[in-house]
Amino acid sequence: MAPLKASPRPAVVPPPAPIPVTLTVNGVERTLHLAPWTTLLDALRLHLELTGTKKGCDHGQCGACTVLVDGRRINACLTLAAMQDGRKVTTIEGLTTGDSLHPLQDAFIEHDAFQCGYCTPGQICSAAGLIAEGKATTDDEIRELMSGNLCRCGAYPNIVAAIRQAMTIAGPKAEGAP
Amino acid sequence: MTAIPSIPGFLKEPNGPIGKPVSRVDGRKKVTGDAHYAAEFTLPDLAHGYIVSSAIARGRITRIDASAALALPGVIHVFTHENRPSLAWFDRKWKDDDAPKGSPFRPLYDAEIHHALQPVALVIAESFELARYAARLVHIEYEAAPHQTDLRANRANTFTPGKDKGGFEPPPKPRGNPEQAFLDSPVQVDAEFTQAAEYHNPMEMHATTVLHHDDGTLTVHDKTQGAQNCHTYICNVFGLSKSAVRVMSPFVGGAFGSGLRPQHQLFMAMLAATQLKRSIRVELSRPQMFSFGHRPETIQRVALGAERDGTLRALIHEAVQESSQNENYVEIVVNWSGQQYACDNVRLDYKLTRLDVHTPLDQRAPGAATGVPALEIAMDELAFKLGMDPLELRLKNYAETDPNTGTPFSSKELRACFRQGAERFGWAKRSPAPRSMREGRELIGWGMAAGVWDAMQGQAAAKAVLGVDGKLVVSSATADIGTGTYTVMTQIAADVLGLPIEEVTFCLGDSSLPTAPIEGGSWTVSTVGSAVKAVCDRVRSQLFTLAGKLEDNPLKGVAEADVLFADGHLIVRDDRSRRLSITDVMRGSGTLSIEEEARALPYLLARARHTFATHSAVFVEVRVDEDLGTIRVARVVSAIAAGRIINPKTARSQIQGAVVWGIGMGLEEEAFTDHRLGRVMNHDYAEYHVPVNADVPDIDVLFVEEHDDMVNALGAKGVGEIGIVGVPAAIANAIHHATGVRVRDFPITLDKVLAGLR
Repeated sequence: MAPLKASPRPAVVPPPAPIPVTLTVNGVERTLHLAPWTTLLDALRLHLELTGTKKGCDHGQCGACTVLVDGRRINACLTLAAMQDGRKVTTIEGLTTGDSLHPLQDAFIEHDAFQCGYCTPGQICSAAGLIAEGKATTDDEIRELMSGNLCRCGAYPNIVAAIRQAMTIAGPKAEGAP
Repeated sequence: MTAIPSIPGFLKEPNGPIGKPVSRVDGRKKVTGDAHYAAEFTLPDLAHGYIVSSAIARGRITRIDASAALALPGVIHVFTHENRPSLAWFDRKWKDDDAPKGSPFRPLYDAEIHHALQPVALVIAESFELARYAARLVHIEYEAAPHQTDLRANRANTFTPGKDKGGFEPPPKPRGNPEQAFLDSPVQVDAEFTQAAEYHNPMEMHATTVLHHDDGTLTVHDKTQGAQNCHTYICNVFGLSKSAVRVMSPFVGGAFGSGLRPQHQLFMAMLAATQLKRSIRVELSRPQMFSFGHRPETIQRVALGAERDGTLRALIHEAVQESSQNENYVEIVVNWSGQQYACDNVRLDYKLTRLDVHTPLDQRAPGAATGVPALEIAMDELAFKLGMDPLELRLKNYAETDPNTGTPFSSKELRACFRQGAERFGWAKRSPAPRSMREGRELIGWGMAAGVWDAMQGQAAAKAVLGVDGKLVVSSATADIGTGTYTVMTQIAADVLGLPIEEVTFCLGDSSLPTAPIEGGSWTVSTVGSAVKAVCDRVRSQLFTLAGKLEDNPLKGVAEADVLFADGHLIVRDDRSRRLSITDVMRGSGTLSIEEEARALPYLLARARHTFATHSAVFVEVRVDEDLGTIRVARVVSAIAAGRIINPKTARSQIQGAVVWGIGMGLEEEAFTDHRLGRVMNHDYAEYHVPVNADVPDIDVLFVEEHDDMVNALGAKGVGEIGIVGVPAAIANAIHHATGVRVRDFPITLDKVLAGLR
């Protein structure tokens, strides 16, 4: 007789009740009523329908969900929306000004720094954060400090070229995040 | 830098957009977040699904208790095999365009567990978080049965597959007397190679959103490389009429083969949507991305016998691969070895072993990326034993015609790849002895390998609509998984009709469009591009005919062949002042739009008489830390012969990306199965390593000039796969050159190198 196996029975707790969360997203103040277990990523994608921010792993391992919070790059899947209450969030949708693209967006197109495009918003937000940090001055430093953003299509050399170009335009310490 | 081949006299209009490094036409959407993927569509009635995965690798479910999940407010339903509706019974209803011989896996069909992480229940709830939480509360009891997941332990228990999958050819019969010739050869190499199982892991996790419309029809946004493949599948499985469902996949966040077959999230979302009559989204988690197809684990033996001058006398290549219990997944692993080098005594052998795993699945350059590196490492070993330059050895045994079939190649500029690649890399400066190049603590190694992939073509149709405003819309139900389909098809259409790129729109990823096959195997430019060219040629002829009916036609008396289409005009080739704009032709003839549809077929006669293939030569520099064994790829030159390059910018990206895949294959990617549990342990991005930015150096891509007017009307062969094929071998050979350590087991992790260094 083969052994019987069963998944363990976890304790049942009632789903949490929604709480108000106020975020300034791309310059617009938004108050949401969210179950506190909602990540910033799901708040953006599911509740604000800002699907430019991508879910690639939901575990902080791939960087596809990178957004800027108060100008710093973070993985939106690794923080609850409620933890960012009152903060300023910039997503890929917030990098364009009217019809004109952010220099990083232009550079990504020019250097073909993406293929499928799924990691691209995270790469661009991460690069904006990188430029604002002012730490990277060489290609190797760009490579190292962009290694939290996976690109399965393997566009890395073009990503480095695009960031280098945008960095030259912006200057190494320029304001990367609006 | 990218060399752009020019093929004089080949282009209809030398200044047209074909061959130009056009930026992606969908680029703006992708950099602004405006490109929408499968999980990014919604309707107000959308509910969320979360899949429960099996805790065992083989056995059966004895009890399911979903009461705790269902008791939560907001949980709508839990689907299991116990409450599923009636579904298709015959295997053929569950088959898809990439299905091998056998019986396709049927989700939630019965209590049987066939492989680890098999989907066993689907929880539907009003929110994603609630569905995910409720999935944990579904209590499942199993009766486990013994499983076999270890290829090495089962390598003797094999069978020889037949022609069990589309595109697969069993190895050719042996030629000459390979065993005796091997024994008689003065110089011999005989070695075993292993390739770990790899998972596709595109950045976008597999997802399906089914939008349930008020009239009962369904729009299905699915992550797939073939909208029509999925359309047929769900219509067959759920017994739906073709007109009631439309499958869309305008943007696909990578796939690399994972979207060639309908995956179970599609079934799950369809099941819930048809039963609950509402819109449903099901998105896999990253660990669940290890619950379906993968590049199969492989054990190979390559034996080479040669004369002292390097002439190959014997070539034996054997491979054993895993498949599932229910299907014969096959890929061409060993046949390439009979095609790459001239040799009179050859035996190629390919076998399968059944394991309790999900059926493997085509992954970038399936078979070639596994088999060719084994041959190319063996060639390097042979060159080393001969004291011969590895590049010289390959030239010495260069196959002028395909030795497997005796047929000529439609074109083969592999020699140019060798020459130009070596020159760009500086190969002549290589000092041949291992461990002879170093910088400080780093040992430097230079290695090279050749690559090969088929230049295939299928059948496809395309539709073109030219408006009176001079805007052209071309469509075909193909896919763009990041390959650049939108862009190259736009270029082809714009080139044929002489329109600016901005005036052309190409539509894809929609099952209602003209028929196109699944996008894979580097055949999309050849297959769909030919259809796009064909349909635009028809529009061109129509325009010429309409121009002939105008009263003051400046083209009067000129044959169609003597008219150029450029800058939105019809222009007399020898007198460019005689011209007429496309919009004038349309307005003058009272034509509001021209609509054409065309189908393109391969040149069957030429195909029967020739071998069609892309080739590559790849050169790699590695740096190995002598104390730590860490390996860094420092430099790559990849020289590619793939016919005409439609877009050198996107094609270069394809090759670069494939080289990155080769680095992953060579050094990083490996699914570790705990054979006691029968499941993959490192099932996430943190522990299943794929190359990151810091792992990848600048990659120098060269396209050598290759003229081919037999391959198709475009002369283009496709570049999606060829870039990966030689890379793992070139890395392994470079590591040997750096360290003197020969590793034949991919991926080459530092422990394997260190073991040899001590």
